[in-house]
Amino acid sequence: MKAYLTRRYWFSASHRLHCADMTEAENKEAYGKCNNPHGHGHNYAVEVTVAGQVDARTGMVCNLADLDRFVHEKIVQRFDLENLNTLSEFQQVVPTTENLCMELYGILENGFTHAQVEKVRVEETMLNSFEYAGGREARH
Amino acid sequence: MVYLTRKAEFSASHSYNNPEFTPEENQRIFGKCNNPHGHGHNYTLEVTVKGQVDGRSGFVVDLKQLKDIMNREVIEVLDHRFLNKEIAEFTNIIPTTENLAIDIWKRLQTKLKTAELHRVRVYETPDLFVDYFGEA
Repeated sequence: MKAYLTRRYWFSASHRLHCADMTEAENKEAYGKCNNPHGHGHNYAVEVTVAGQVDARTGMVCNLADLDRFVHEKIVQRFDLENLNTLSEFQQVVPTTENLCMELYGILENGFTHAQVEKVRVEETMLNSFEYAGGREARH
Repeated sequence: MVYLTRKAEFSASHSYNNPEFTPEENQRIFGKCNNPHGHGHNYTLEVTVKGQVDGRSGFVVDLKQLKDIMNREVIEVLDHRFLNKEIAEFTNIIPTTENLAIDIWKRLQTKLKTAELHRVRVYETPDLFVDYFGEA
């Protein structure tokens, strides 16, 4: 039987939303306070959903310890207490939470082998969140 | 189609162990969850049903009926129990959150008369939950 396991993680990081292809006025118009040149930070909550058949021997979709280890090594340690704009991932794309969400999905999709990656959901604040399911409709 | 979700809470203990594994394998795979004395959680259950809104009542489902079914079929059965020892379904199945979500789906599915079960979500902690949609 197929089940969906979701785990929440946290990291804190700063970013500045600024597009080099836009004029100063366009950047201000598009990003408002988020265009502040000194950046600003968030406590990001990341929900990772993996899916698969429940293993008859373990009762698990995948071992939570494997998922925790992967996310801590590849995501939390990579992004926690960093300025996203300084990272290689965001040299060509603006570190909006949309792009962050897709980036995190890609890291999981390309590296996590113990279960199918279904969806990544990122809460930028308690009031807004973003989901990416690899281009598929997100299952709710 | 409208989706309605009702929450409930129960507290229970469990232990993860597969007798077909060696003690070392059980320890390696299940870690601290392998403690034979068990450990407990405050589980939060979310049950989502779906259906057309009734033209006269304006309901997808009578919430009182849903609440009563959830209480009778799930909460009264599982609350304050050691799942491995007291729930027959978990005699030979490890009461992981995955299996708990599937078990709760089975308990509810045949009892719901007026709406279709869409999703059972079981939170083991606020940071860990499992969804089951009735898929094979």
